[in-house]
Formats: sequence, structure tokens, C-alpha cells
Amino acid sequence: MKVKMLSRNPDSYVRETKLDLQRVPRNYDPTLHPFEVPREYVRALNATKLERVFAKPFLASLDGHRDGVSCLAKHPKSLATVLSGACDGEASVTLNVRIWNLTKRKCIHMIQAHEGFVRGICTRFCGTSFFTVGDDKTVKQWKMDGPGYGEEEEPLHTILGKTVYTGIDHHWKEAVFATCGQQVDIWDEQRSSPICSMTWGFDSISSVKFNPIETFLLGSCASDRNIVLYDMRQATPLKKVILDMRTNTICWNPMEAFIFTAANEDYNLYTFDMRALDTPVMVHMDHVSAVLDVDYSPTGKDFVSASFDKSIRIFPVDKSRSREVYHTKRMQHVICVKWTSDSKYIMCGSDEMNIRLWKANASEKLGVLTSREKAATDYNQRLKEKFQHHPHIKRISRHRHLPKSIYSQIQEQRVMKEARRRKELNRIKHSKPGSVQRVSEKKKRVVAVVK
Amino acid sequence: MSRVIGGSRNCFAAGTEIAFLSASAPGPCEIQAGEMSSSRAAESSLLALNQQEELEDLPREYPLSTSEDEGDSDGERKHQKLLEAISSLDGKNRRKLAERSEASLKVSEFNVSSEGSGEKLVLSDLLEPVKTSSSLAAVKKQLNRVKSKKTVELPLHREEIERIHREVAFNKTSQVLSKWDPVVQKNRQAEQLVFPLSKQQSVFAPIEHVVSGWKARTPLEQEIFNLLHKNKQPVTDPLLTPMEKASLKAMSLEEVKMRRAELQRARALQSYYEARARREKKIKSKKYHKLLKKGKAKQALKEFEKLRKVNPAAALEELEKLEKARMMERMSLKHQNSGKWAKSKAIMAKYDLEARQAMQEQLARNKELMQKIQVASESAEEEGVAEEEGEPFVPDVVNEVQVKASGPNPWMFRNHSSDTKEAEVQGDPEELAEPAAQEAPESEEEGPVVAEEILLKEFEERRSLRQKSGLKQIAKPVGSQETKDPSSQGVLSELRALSQKLNRENHQSRKQELSSTRTVLAVQREEPAGEEEEPLLLQRPERARTLDELEELGKEGCFQNKELPRAAVEGQQWERNPSNHLGVPKEKKRKEQMIDLQNLLTTKSPSVKSLAVPTTEELEDEEERDQRQMIKEAFAGDDVIRDFLKEKREAVEASKPKDVDLTLPGWGEWGGVGLKPSAKKRRRFLIKAPEGPPRKDENLPNVILSEKRNIHAAAHQVRMLPYPFTHHQQFERTIQTPIGSTWNTQRAFQKLTMPKVVTKPGHIIKPIKAEDVGYRSSSRSDLSVVQRNPKRLSIRHKKQLKKNSVD
Repeated sequence: MKVKMLSRNPDSYVRETKLDLQRVPRNYDPTLHPFEVPREYVRALNATKLERVFAKPFLASLDGHRDGVSCLAKHPKSLATVLSGACDGEASVTLNVRIWNLTKRKCIHMIQAHEGFVRGICTRFCGTSFFTVGDDKTVKQWKMDGPGYGEEEEPLHTILGKTVYTGIDHHWKEAVFATCGQQVDIWDEQRSSPICSMTWGFDSISSVKFNPIETFLLGSCASDRNIVLYDMRQATPLKKVILDMRTNTICWNPMEAFIFTAANEDYNLYTFDMRALDTPVMVHMDHVSAVLDVDYSPTGKDFVSASFDKSIRIFPVDKSRSREVYHTKRMQHVICVKWTSDSKYIMCGSDEMNIRLWKANASEKLGVLTSREKAATDYNQRLKEKFQHHPHIKRISRHRHLPKSIYSQIQEQRVMKEARRRKELNRIKHSKPGSVQRVSEKKKRVVAVVK
Repeated sequence: MSRVIGGSRNCFAAGTEIAFLSASAPGPCEIQAGEMSSSRAAESSLLALNQQEELEDLPREYPLSTSEDEGDSDGERKHQKLLEAISSLDGKNRRKLAERSEASLKVSEFNVSSEGSGEKLVLSDLLEPVKTSSSLAAVKKQLNRVKSKKTVELPLHREEIERIHREVAFNKTSQVLSKWDPVVQKNRQAEQLVFPLSKQQSVFAPIEHVVSGWKARTPLEQEIFNLLHKNKQPVTDPLLTPMEKASLKAMSLEEVKMRRAELQRARALQSYYEARARREKKIKSKKYHKLLKKGKAKQALKEFEKLRKVNPAAALEELEKLEKARMMERMSLKHQNSGKWAKSKAIMAKYDLEARQAMQEQLARNKELMQKIQVASESAEEEGVAEEEGEPFVPDVVNEVQVKASGPNPWMFRNHSSDTKEAEVQGDPEELAEPAAQEAPESEEEGPVVAEEILLKEFEERRSLRQKSGLKQIAKPVGSQETKDPSSQGVLSELRALSQKLNRENHQSRKQELSSTRTVLAVQREEPAGEEEEPLLLQRPERARTLDELEELGKEGCFQNKELPRAAVEGQQWERNPSNHLGVPKEKKRKEQMIDLQNLLTTKSPSVKSLAVPTTEELEDEEERDQRQMIKEAFAGDDVIRDFLKEKREAVEASKPKDVDLTLPGWGEWGGVGLKPSAKKRRRFLIKAPEGPPRKDENLPNVILSEKRNIHAAAHQVRMLPYPFTHHQQFERTIQTPIGSTWNTQRAFQKLTMPKVVTKPGHIIKPIKAEDVGYRSSSRSDLSVVQRNPKRLSIRHKKQLKKNSVD
């Protein structure tokens, strides 16, 4: 006689090892899990609220400089090392270049590099030495790890120039660096005279940057409102675009070879495709004062900009408005900003002698995450994206606190902009149809492109 | 005409004989360019350069006559003499040099001018004297060529040249950059970017590619290679054998799934029938079996009759089956009483009546089976023997069936040609995977398989019905199933008698038909076969897309009502998300009502003037009154206005916030019927609803404004269609699909919540490199190019510096 009995396959419930997770049978029948949309909506709302609750981006402030921090540089090989140059040096002996350790949040090395301002600082691609330029018309190369015991701090090389150098950048692969001042000079590290120098018009050039991908390309911006692109191989400038106001610096996108962003005095940033300079790809506006510096995140998806309005902002590359604004009560005009090479942090140097360290993602939890934590954050992130258009969530996620000065300035500028727009509309309305053309906001800012 | 050799400073000067002797150099004889050509606007500087060069090499090779040199200076007369003397030294008498007798108007070191004050020197003048000499032909030719050429252009401005350089360089650079376009595009659209960018995983190369690129290095490898080559082992064989290719091509995934589902079903059915058959087989009652057999025989006869009416061709085939059975009988002599059982019976036959009877029965059956069917057509034979012989009795159709078995869908056809008992599949696990139809004949040994087969057939039939095939198919399988049961020999014998009758008829009819009709028949037979294969293809999309659906199908068995549950589910979903469609239907309804009402009130009915109306009144008044009259007449029965008012009151009442009564019965209040909590208590536990805002239609007596819109819900709703979406349905769909792990499997959840950018903490992300994306990076360094032409650069630099210092 057959006896019927329950039989189960042990494979379906027995763990292979003790460390395996217990298998939990789940029933995905939708009738058992009703109200999916409202439930997810509530989750999204909570996630958004929590994001704002945990948005505490400020991490540390590195103080030590005796004057405003004029320039910052990342170490190409070590995430913890940062170099900075300051504006001091007027008085007797000042240590105006410092090397910082971010994990310890301490200055590990300081050098009196120049008399007067340190205008620019850049590291060699191998990370063993770095270059500084200053107001004393010199270019100096330094060893990254200071002098041995009993030795004096001495630069490896010193090049004495005829004019003041205002900026420096190192080639990404070869022993070549570029300085700018009266003209753009390209130097071999071994020689004391430039191997090539390029000019186009005569004006002081404020910064020069190598393209990180197509490394023979350079971009510079001069005080006669133009941005000039150079080709190092052919030793010739390529093209020049003249904007409405002066561009302070440019930064190349590290993932897209032909895209660069220019930080302009007219409070905006302009992202250009270098092959089509007549119209910027995107105009990024949110600052209320001149933008002084810009740096791309290494992922090429966002960039950070430092402004004279005492704040830094983070922009997505494809959006014209910023997604984040950082400010503190004590932070003054921000002169320089850098995004660290692991794309997690932002550093900014400001007028009041401090270097500040921020999280690039304000509400991100630092440290090691368990896999469940990671899954939860991913889920929350996706929920926020999914419900981003819902009014409550939108309102909460967009909310930022601003200092009163910036806030009032924004209001003021909104009024100004509106007035300008109205005037333009009126002009169109009251003139012969077709005689006054509307110029798009993008094209308005480009004065000319010179071949 | 004024030909000018302008712009070039070095003309015919240097190459005189004197220069040849390296004597003290006479001043260069410059030809003054009379006029500069006005055509300067030429574009390319290169052309000009070319011309210059041509002019340069001209004087060197061919020394010109010295006549031009003459008028240099008087103080050199001595020198001249000396030169003459030297020239006479070489023996040849040289041509006498023409001597100038009169002084030119303007004697200058630098220009040669002709006599006339206003005239200018032209190239042709210079050429006059050389006409006679032959040795200077080449020079002349060259000069002529120069003459024919246009003006040499000025070289372009430095700025202009630089601009051209820049433009060329820019074009080159942007070309170089545009190679990044696809990469950038891909990265922008990527679902997920993982940093640091690792090298792209190399695609799995087929083995022969690897082998061809690989060389034996170590001695062991070489040895192996040698062995391989000695044996002519194919080192590279095709990627896939044709068989593999065919098998890959044969079935798409869906097809396979569908087919598997079908097989599963058939197998389930089969096992069910097998079990039943086994059960029935166990029944030992002879009576039962006898009855069963009889019933079967009867049914078979009936079927055959029907078949004969409906499809004579199929009936013919049945006959053919009979013929085959006869053949089998003749071969096997099964009923010849030669078997073991028969022998034992023969011993018993003397004493046992039953045994004798059984033997006789057996023999009778043998006879029956052995009997040739054509005997019946003997009568027809008399009419035309030759014809009979020419035409075989059995139509070709029968043979064709077997051909068809190897047709496109063999497993569907095995049934029809299944006299072959090759499939002894019982209990063979491998065979289980094979098509069910192939397994069907397996149970042929067992008696009561027919029922099972019928079911299987039904299964087929249903399918064929689904594809709307004709009547034939239904008839055919039923008929074919009949004869397939060899065990039911009794049926056959009964059929035999019938078939003889049939044969006679058929034969007669066939005689009238031409052979072409036979082919028609063949086509008819073949047609359903072609259609039989179709359903696999046709019904694919409706059937089984997911495993769940498959299971569902398996449970229900009925394929048509699949649509219904889905609709029901949709309905549920619709209900589940009421917030999106809040109050819409009701509002609509109300609106409709309102419109109706208004129509009623305002429509101007075509007025028929009654004569009774006094004509003194104005027209409009008349009309109005008419209308009113009409309406009154029309709606004499129903009071529309009161209805409307009532409706409005109800709407107002419904929209008012309700009081909440929290009273619970206490002591002495739950005992009997009609007991109520005390008024005091009720007053105490009644929460009065706050007075709502005044209704908007408060002062509009003939309007109902619905205030159903929930403000609280509206605060959470999206008012405008967000940007990337083009239709609200798209947006709603994205919102309605849940992404959480509550509703999705783990894998789906992971896929849905995949972050867009993944970075590793503590890892440096380097800028993208050409190697990262599979491009070949330029091998030459940027620096080497600069160093290759340092001269030009340094000159440039110096100039620049000079200029700077000047400034």
C-alpha cells in the first residue's frame, strides 16, 4: 500500500554553507502587495526628506596659509595629497606653498616658493615633483617629498623669465609644461628656454590648460575677453572665441575630448564644443558674481565652480542650473576649486586663507557600506528620480538654504533679467515685424569667433 | 605691351662673364620694372614663389651678352681692356661688342633706361639683339616663357598666412577630435558607467583565429604541432558545422518553448491514458472485453460509413489498410492454427466443444483476412480487364502518405503512416522527450488505446480548429485512428464486407474519372498536411511568452479565454490607482446631465404658429411664448426643474463633511431591540465636522458645480506633463511600474535600481584614454613633433621677442 506523504526537495531550503543567507520564499502575487504606487510614493518622499536631513557636505577646513589661497593642485597618484599656493609673500619670509595630507587634515610640508603671489601650481604626471610660477617672474620645479635631513629647501630647477607668469599647467603624459603670461610658452623640462611659444594678439593670458585626452591641445583665456585654443604639435593657435566678458579660467572635460567649460566674469559658465565655438553647448547660470574657477569631476558628468559670491556650486554638465550650492558663514570669495580624483570630494581655497573639504554628494554616507545599505541607497536614489516631478518631492529636494546676501542678489538679478526681457519684447512688439530679431540667450554671449 | 619682371630682385645681373672670372663685381644690372601690374589680388603665394625660383635659376646657366654691362662707368675703361685681352686669350674670335657712342640721358648705376625720355624699357627690346645668335636659343625660349606668364603675385601678408595655417590646423584637429564622437555619445546614453574605466573585455575570438595567430615556441609545443601537421589534422575547422548551423537556425526560442509546452501537455495526457489503459487491461472479465470489442467494431463500421460519405479518399485509404492487414496475415499465418495456443487447442478439440469453436473461429478469421478484396470487383473486370490492369486498384495517394512523413513536420505525420511499429518506447526516458505523436503508436499492443488516441486526436483537432481548417481534417484523423488498431481485427473483418460494397461503387466511379482527378485527390490529401504545420507558426505569439503564461495555459487547457483574466487584472490595476483618475467619471456624468438639461431648456424648437396667437404682439415675444408653450406641452409629465433642484440638494448634502459618531453602547444599552445610547452620550461622543468653505454654486440656482476634486490629493499630483514625456500615458506608465523588491524579483530589482555612475572609493579615476575605448593611441609623442621643427619655431620666437621688446 502506498503512503502518500509530504516531500520537499532539500535543495530548496537547505543552505549550502552556514554563511549563506537563509532562503526566504516570496510570493510576488500582485494581489498580495496592493497599492504599489502610493507606497512607493511615500518611500520616495521619505527618501527625499532624509536626503535633505543628511545633507551635511562640509567635512574639514585646512588652515595655515597667511593669505588667500590662490591656487590648488591635486596629486596625480595619491588621493590624500593636495598642494596649495597662497597670495602672500609681500612681507619677509612666508611659506606660500603648502602640501597637505587630507586624511590627517594637516600640512605636511611648506615651502617658501616665490616672493610675492604664487600664481600657479601644477604637479608632474608622475607625482614626483611639482611646478610653481609666481610674481617674481620665475618658474620653479620642486621635489614632492621635501629635502632630506639637514638639507636646505631648494628647487630642482629655476627658470627666470622676462615677464610675469600667471599660470602653469603640465602635460598629461610627457615632460612638457606650458606657462602663460604675455604669451603661451611650452617648455621642455630639461631646457631653460621655451621650445615653442604661441601668441595671438597681445594681452595678458590668465590661464592655460592642457586637454587631458588629446594631450596636444591647449586652451587659454586672456583678459581681452577671448578664449584661444592651441595645437602644440603644429605649434599654432587654432581658433579664438570672444565672449561678452572676460573668462577667468577654463577646464576640459576629462571624458569628452572636445568639451570644455569656461568660467566667466558675467556670472555664467559656458560649455563649448571646441569644434563649434560660435554657440556654447550650454550656459550654466546660478552664480551671482564672477565665476573664478571651475573644475570637472573625473567622471565628466558634473563640474564645480567657485565664485566671487562666496559660494561654490555643482552643475551637471547637461543642465543649465546648479544641483548644489555650498557656502559657509566664514567662507569668503572662493578663488580656486578642485574635484578630487576619486570624484567623492571637492576642495576649495578661498580668500580667508582656508582650504575647505566638501563631499561632492552632500547626503552621501561615507565609509564602507554593507551590500544592503548600498541596495537601499540605490533604491532610494531611483525612487527619487522616479517621483522627481511630483510637487512635494520636487519642492523638498530643491530646497537649499542660502545666505541672505546671495538670496537678495538672486532676487535682484531676477528682476533685472525680467526687465531686460520685457524691454526686448517691447522692442520687438513696437518695431516693424522682422526688423528686430530675437537672439537666443546662448548666442547673445558670443561676440565673435576669429579663425 | 609692357612685360614686367617685377618683384624679383635678382634678375639677369650676376651671371656675366666678368662674374665668371670673379673679378671685382660690377653693379648688378637691374631692370627697372616700369609698371607694377595692378593685378595683385591673386590668392596663392605659392605660385609666386614658384615663379621666383624659375627666374632665379635662369641667369646662372646662361651668361648673357655683356652689352648691357657697358655703360657702367667711365673709370673702368682700363678694366674693360683688360677683360678684352683676357677674352681674346682663348683663341676664338669673339663677336665684336657693340660700343655705345652716345650717352644716355640718365646714367645710373641701378637702371638701364632707353633713349627717349618718356619711353620705358620693355623686355622685347632686350631680346632684339639676341635674335641672331643661335647659342642663346634656350635663353630666348625661357625669356619667352617668362613673357607669356602673368604677373608674379606679391606674397601674402604674414597675418594672412598665419590665418591660413590656423584654419588648416583647426580642421585637422577637429577631424582628430571627431573620432571621439561615438565614444562620447555612447557614454552619455549609457545606462551605467563604471569608473575607473577598465579596459574593454576582449571579445571571445573563435578558436581558429587564436590558433592562426599562435606559434609554437617551446619544444613540446613544436613537437605537438609537428605531430598534428604530419597527420594533417585540420588546425582550423569551420566555426560551426553545417549541422550545428542548421540546428541553430531551426528554432527560435519561442518556437522551442511553445513546442516544449505542447510536448509536456501531450506527455501528461499520454501518461494519463496509459494509466487508464493499464487499469482497463487488468480487467479480467471476458464478457467485458467481448462487449468492448463489439462496441468498437460497431463504432468502426459507423465511422467508416461516415467517412465514405464525407471523404471517399480517406475511405479508400482505409481499404488500403485492409489490404495491408491481409498481406500481414498471409505472411505471418497467425490464424492458421499453427501457433502454440492453436496446437494446444487442437489437442483439446476432440473433447472440448469450445476449443473446437475457437479454432474454427480462428480459421474463419484467417479466411476472412486472407480474402482478397478485389474479388468484389470481378464483375467490373468483365467490362474491361485491360483497363483494370492499367490502373492499379490502390490509388497513389496511399504511397504518397509515406513520402509526406519525411515532410516538414514529421512528428505530426507519424500518426497517419504508422503501421510501422518501430517505436517501442515504453519506459524509455530518452524517448519521452520526443514528440508525443511519435509515442502514440507505442501503446499499440494494448487493446484499449483507442480512447487515448481519440483524445490525442482531439487535441490536434482543437488546434486545427483554432486555425480554422476545414472539415476534412476532422474527418480524417478520426478515420485514420480506426485502422491503426491492429488488435481489433474483428473490426477489420467487419469492415471487409462493407468495403467490398464500397469498392464496387468506388470502382465504378473511378472508371469515369481520369487520372487527373487522382492528382487532385492527392493535392487534397496534401493540403491539410501543409496546414497542419502552420499552427506552430501561427499561434506562436498568442501562446506562451512567459513561463507563467505557459503554466496558466497548462492549467486551463482552453486557449481562448486567456484574454479574460488579463482584462480583469487591468481592471484591478485601474481600481488600484484611483488617485490618477479621481472623480473623473462622476464628473463627466454630471456634466452630461447638465448639458442635457440646458439643451432642454434652451433649444429652440421649430415653432409652428398657431392662428390663435394674436398677431399684434412682436415676433420675438411670440416665439418665446411659443417655445415655453411647447416645452410645457412636451414635459407636461415630468417636473424637470424640481428634479434638478433635488439633485443639487443631494449633491450639496453629499459634499458636506460628515459628523463622526463615536458613541458605543454601554450599560443598559445593548440589551433589547430599539435601544439607543442616551442623547447625552451621543452628544458627548459626536465629533462635529468643521464647516466647509461655501460652495461655489451657492448663488447659482440653475447650476451644479462639482467640488469633488480632492485638494489634499491634488497637492501630490503632477500638474504638468514633465519634459521628456510626450504623452501623459507614458508618464503614468512609468509611475505605475513599481521598482521595489516588494514587487520585483531580486534580479529585476537590482537591474531597476542600478545606479547611473559607479565609482570605487579610494580609486583614482584617470581621464579617458584612447586605449580604454579600443582606439589606437597615436604612437608619436606630442613633444617630438615640436622638436622636429625647432628652427622655425625659434625664429618665430625670436621675432616675437624682438617685437615685444620694441613695444
